[in-house]
Amino acid sequence: MRISVQTARFDPAAELAQFGGPHAGAIVTFTGIVRDDTGTMQALELEHYPGMTEAAMTRIAEEASARWSLSDVLVIHRVGRLAVGEPIMMVATAARHRQAAFAAAEFMMDYLKSRAPFWKKQIGPEGAHWIAAKSTDEEALNRW
Amino acid sequence: MTEVVYFAWVRERIGLPRESIETTALTVADLVAELRAREPRYDAAFADVSALRVALDQQLSDFSAPLAGVHEIAFFPPMTGG
Repeated sequence: MRISVQTARFDPAAELAQFGGPHAGAIVTFTGIVRDDTGTMQALELEHYPGMTEAAMTRIAEEASARWSLSDVLVIHRVGRLAVGEPIMMVATAARHRQAAFAAAEFMMDYLKSRAPFWKKQIGPEGAHWIAAKSTDEEALNRW
Repeated sequence: MTEVVYFAWVRERIGLPRESIETTALTVADLVAELRAREPRYDAAFADVSALRVALDQQLSDFSAPLAGVHEIAFFPPMTGG
Protein backbone atom coordinates (compact mmCIF):
# COMPACT_ATOMS: atom_id res chain seq x y z
CA MET A 1 0.00 0.00 0.00
CA ARG A 2 1.27 3.44 -0.87
CA ILE A 3 -0.40 6.72 0.10
CA SER A 4 1.10 10.03 -0.95
CA VAL A 5 0.10 13.68 -0.67
CA GLN A 6 2.58 15.66 -2.71
CA THR A 7 3.17 18.87 -4.63
CA ALA A 8 5.44 17.18 -7.19
CA ARG A 9 4.10 15.92 -10.50
CA PHE A 10 3.98 12.11 -10.82
CA ASP A 11 4.28 9.69 -13.71
CA PRO A 12 1.38 7.17 -13.70
CA ALA A 13 3.35 4.66 -15.80
CA ALA A 14 6.34 4.76 -13.46
CA GLU A 15 4.03 4.29 -10.46
CA LEU A 16 2.50 1.18 -12.04
CA ALA A 17 5.86 -0.45 -12.71
CA GLN A 18 6.22 -1.19 -8.97
CA PHE A 19 2.55 -1.94 -8.33
CA GLY A 20 0.43 -5.08 -7.94
CA GLY A 21 1.81 -7.61 -5.51
CA PRO A 22 2.49 -11.28 -6.30
CA HIS A 23 -1.13 -12.52 -6.55
CA ALA A 24 -2.73 -9.82 -8.67
CA GLY A 25 -4.85 -10.99 -11.59
CA ALA A 26 -6.32 -7.56 -12.33
CA ILE A 27 -5.12 -3.99 -11.95
CA VAL A 28 -7.40 -0.97 -12.36
CA THR A 29 -6.04 2.56 -12.41
CA PHE A 30 -7.70 5.94 -12.45
CA THR A 31 -5.83 9.18 -13.14
CA GLY A 32 -7.57 12.51 -12.62
CA ILE A 33 -6.41 15.36 -14.87
CA VAL A 34 -6.87 19.10 -14.25
CA ARG A 35 -9.53 20.10 -16.74
CA ASP A 36 -10.72 23.49 -17.90
CA ASP A 37 -14.51 23.66 -18.31
CA THR A 38 -14.59 27.41 -18.92
CA GLY A 39 -11.79 27.73 -21.47
CA THR A 40 -10.16 30.47 -19.40
CA MET A 41 -8.83 28.64 -16.37
CA GLN A 42 -5.21 29.49 -15.59
CA ALA A 43 -4.56 27.09 -12.74
CA LEU A 44 -6.11 24.97 -10.05
CA GLU A 45 -5.02 25.41 -6.46
CA LEU A 46 -5.45 22.60 -3.97
CA GLU A 47 -5.50 23.16 -0.25
CA HIS A 48 -5.56 20.32 2.29
CA TYR A 49 -5.52 19.58 6.01
CA PRO A 50 -2.07 18.12 6.74
CA GLY A 51 -2.33 15.10 9.00
CA MET A 52 -6.05 14.55 8.57
CA THR A 53 -5.57 14.15 4.81
CA GLU A 54 -3.08 11.29 5.11
CA ALA A 55 -5.18 9.64 7.85
CA ALA A 56 -8.38 9.85 5.77
CA MET A 57 -6.63 8.50 2.64
CA THR A 58 -5.13 5.63 4.62
CA ARG A 59 -8.49 4.76 6.17
CA ILE A 60 -10.21 4.76 2.76
CA ALA A 61 -7.47 2.60 1.21
CA GLU A 62 -7.50 0.16 4.14
CA GLU A 63 -11.26 -0.20 3.95
CA ALA A 64 -11.15 -0.87 0.20
CA SER A 65 -8.29 -3.28 0.69
CA ALA A 66 -10.17 -5.32 3.31
CA ARG A 67 -13.53 -5.25 1.54
CA TRP A 68 -12.26 -6.39 -1.88
CA SER A 69 -9.23 -8.40 -0.69
CA LEU A 70 -6.83 -6.23 -2.65
CA SER A 71 -3.24 -7.40 -3.05
CA ASP A 72 -2.09 -3.81 -3.48
CA VAL A 73 -3.50 -0.31 -3.37
CA LEU A 74 -2.08 3.09 -4.34
CA VAL A 75 -3.40 6.61 -3.81
CA ILE A 76 -1.50 9.72 -4.86
CA HIS A 77 -3.09 13.15 -4.49
CA ARG A 78 -1.37 16.39 -5.36
CA VAL A 79 -1.73 19.73 -3.57
CA GLY A 80 -0.59 23.24 -4.41
CA ARG A 81 -0.82 24.99 -7.76
CA LEU A 82 -1.53 22.81 -10.81
CA ALA A 83 -1.76 23.69 -14.50
CA VAL A 84 -4.49 22.50 -16.88
CA GLY A 85 -3.63 19.07 -18.28
CA GLU A 86 -1.48 17.98 -15.35
CA PRO A 87 -2.30 14.82 -13.39
CA ILE A 88 -3.97 15.74 -10.11
CA MET A 89 -4.46 12.34 -8.52
CA MET A 90 -4.21 8.64 -9.12
CA VAL A 91 -5.77 5.53 -7.65
CA ALA A 92 -4.69 1.98 -8.43
CA THR A 93 -6.15 -1.26 -7.13
CA ALA A 94 -4.88 -4.81 -7.59
CA ALA A 95 -7.09 -7.83 -6.98
CA ARG A 96 -7.46 -11.41 -8.23
CA HIS A 97 -10.37 -10.49 -10.51
CA ARG A 98 -11.44 -7.36 -12.36
CA GLN A 99 -14.83 -6.89 -10.61
CA ALA A 100 -13.12 -6.37 -7.26
CA ALA A 101 -10.43 -4.09 -8.73
CA PHE A 102 -13.02 -1.89 -10.51
CA ALA A 103 -15.37 -1.70 -7.50
CA ALA A 104 -12.55 -0.88 -5.08
CA ALA A 105 -11.27 1.90 -7.36
CA GLU A 106 -14.75 3.44 -7.67
CA PHE A 107 -15.32 3.17 -3.93
CA MET A 108 -12.04 4.97 -3.24
CA MET A 109 -12.77 7.70 -5.77
CA ASP A 110 -16.21 8.35 -4.27
CA TYR A 111 -14.77 8.60 -0.77
CA LEU A 112 -11.72 10.66 -1.74
CA LYS A 113 -14.04 13.22 -3.34
CA SER A 114 -16.03 14.06 -0.23
CA ARG A 115 -14.28 12.48 2.78
CA ALA A 116 -10.66 13.46 2.29
CA PRO A 117 -9.97 17.08 3.31
CA PHE A 118 -8.99 18.69 0.01
CA TRP A 119 -10.41 21.93 -1.39
CA LYS A 120 -10.08 23.12 -4.98
CA LYS A 121 -9.80 26.72 -6.06
CA GLN A 122 -10.08 27.72 -9.70
CA ILE A 123 -7.83 30.56 -10.83
CA GLY A 124 -9.00 32.51 -13.88
CA PRO A 125 -8.53 35.92 -15.53
CA GLU A 126 -11.30 37.42 -13.37
CA GLY A 127 -9.88 36.11 -10.14
CA ALA A 128 -10.23 32.98 -8.09
CA HIS A 129 -13.18 31.04 -6.76
CA TRP A 130 -13.60 27.94 -4.64
CA ILE A 131 -15.19 25.00 -6.40
CA ALA A 132 -18.34 23.94 -4.54
CA ALA A 133 -19.04 20.33 -3.64
CA LYS A 134 -21.89 18.72 -5.59
CA SER A 135 -24.83 17.01 -3.90
CA THR A 136 -24.23 14.06 -6.26
CA ASP A 137 -20.79 13.58 -4.63
CA GLU A 138 -22.48 12.97 -1.28
CA GLU A 139 -25.19 10.77 -2.83
CA ALA A 140 -22.52 8.64 -4.50
CA LEU A 141 -21.48 7.36 -1.06
CA ASN A 142 -24.88 5.76 -0.50
CA ARG A 143 -24.23 3.04 -3.04
CA TRP A 144 -21.49 1.58 -0.84
CA MET B 1 -6.04 26.44 25.18
CA THR B 2 -7.79 25.07 22.14
CA GLU B 3 -6.47 25.31 18.59
CA VAL B 4 -9.01 26.40 16.01
CA VAL B 5 -8.06 25.94 12.36
CA TYR B 6 -9.78 27.17 9.23
CA PHE B 7 -9.55 26.04 5.62
CA ALA B 8 -10.53 27.26 2.15
CA TRP B 9 -13.06 30.11 2.07
CA VAL B 10 -13.60 29.90 5.84
CA ARG B 11 -9.90 30.74 6.29
CA GLU B 12 -10.14 33.57 3.76
CA ARG B 13 -13.29 35.04 5.28
CA ILE B 14 -11.91 34.99 8.81
CA GLY B 15 -8.50 36.13 7.62
CA LEU B 16 -6.26 33.65 9.42
CA PRO B 17 -5.42 29.94 9.17
CA ARG B 18 -5.38 29.12 12.88
CA GLU B 19 -5.60 30.60 16.33
CA SER B 20 -5.38 29.50 19.95
CA ILE B 21 -8.43 30.38 21.95
CA GLU B 22 -9.60 30.21 25.54
CA THR B 23 -13.17 28.94 25.59
CA THR B 24 -15.73 27.54 27.99
CA ALA B 25 -18.00 26.34 25.15
CA LEU B 26 -19.41 22.88 25.82
CA THR B 27 -20.24 21.98 22.22
CA VAL B 28 -19.16 22.96 18.71
CA ALA B 29 -22.40 24.95 18.31
CA ASP B 30 -21.62 26.89 21.52
CA LEU B 31 -18.15 27.70 20.20
CA VAL B 32 -19.62 28.87 16.88
CA ALA B 33 -21.98 31.19 18.78
CA GLU B 34 -19.01 32.55 20.80
CA LEU B 35 -16.96 33.17 17.64
CA ARG B 36 -19.87 34.81 15.80
CA ALA B 37 -20.32 37.29 18.64
CA ARG B 38 -16.66 38.35 18.37
CA GLU B 39 -16.49 40.24 15.07
CA PRO B 40 -18.44 40.62 11.83
CA ARG B 41 -15.91 38.53 9.86
CA TYR B 42 -16.61 35.53 12.11
CA ASP B 43 -20.33 36.20 11.95
CA ALA B 44 -20.12 36.18 8.14
CA ALA B 45 -18.04 33.00 7.99
CA PHE B 46 -20.42 31.08 10.26
CA ALA B 47 -23.67 32.59 8.98
CA ASP B 48 -24.78 29.30 7.42
CA VAL B 49 -23.39 26.30 9.29
CA SER B 50 -25.18 23.92 6.93
CA ALA B 51 -22.50 25.01 4.40
CA LEU B 52 -19.73 24.03 6.83
CA ARG B 53 -18.11 20.89 8.15
CA VAL B 54 -16.26 20.42 11.42
CA ALA B 55 -13.48 18.07 12.48
CA LEU B 56 -12.48 17.45 16.10
CA ASP B 57 -8.87 16.31 16.50
CA GLN B 58 -8.86 15.57 12.76
CA GLN B 59 -11.97 13.36 12.82
CA LEU B 60 -15.12 14.51 11.02
CA SER B 61 -17.76 15.39 13.59
CA ASP B 62 -20.89 17.51 13.88
CA PHE B 63 -22.01 20.76 15.45
CA SER B 64 -23.76 19.14 18.41
CA ALA B 65 -20.59 17.28 19.47
CA PRO B 66 -19.09 18.01 22.92
CA LEU B 67 -15.71 19.74 23.12
CA ALA B 68 -14.47 18.11 26.32
CA GLY B 69 -10.91 16.84 25.80
CA VAL B 70 -10.67 18.19 22.25
CA HIS B 71 -7.38 19.90 21.33
CA GLU B 72 -7.94 20.92 17.71
CA ILE B 73 -11.17 22.07 16.07
CA ALA B 74 -11.25 22.60 12.31
CA PHE B 75 -13.91 24.39 10.28
CA PHE B 76 -14.10 24.07 6.51
CA PRO B 77 -16.50 23.84 3.56
CA PRO B 78 -17.57 20.45 2.13
CA MET B 79 -14.49 18.71 0.73
CA THR B 80 -13.71 18.64 -2.99
CA GLY B 81 -10.98 16.07 -3.51
CA GLY B 82 -10.48 13.66 -6.37
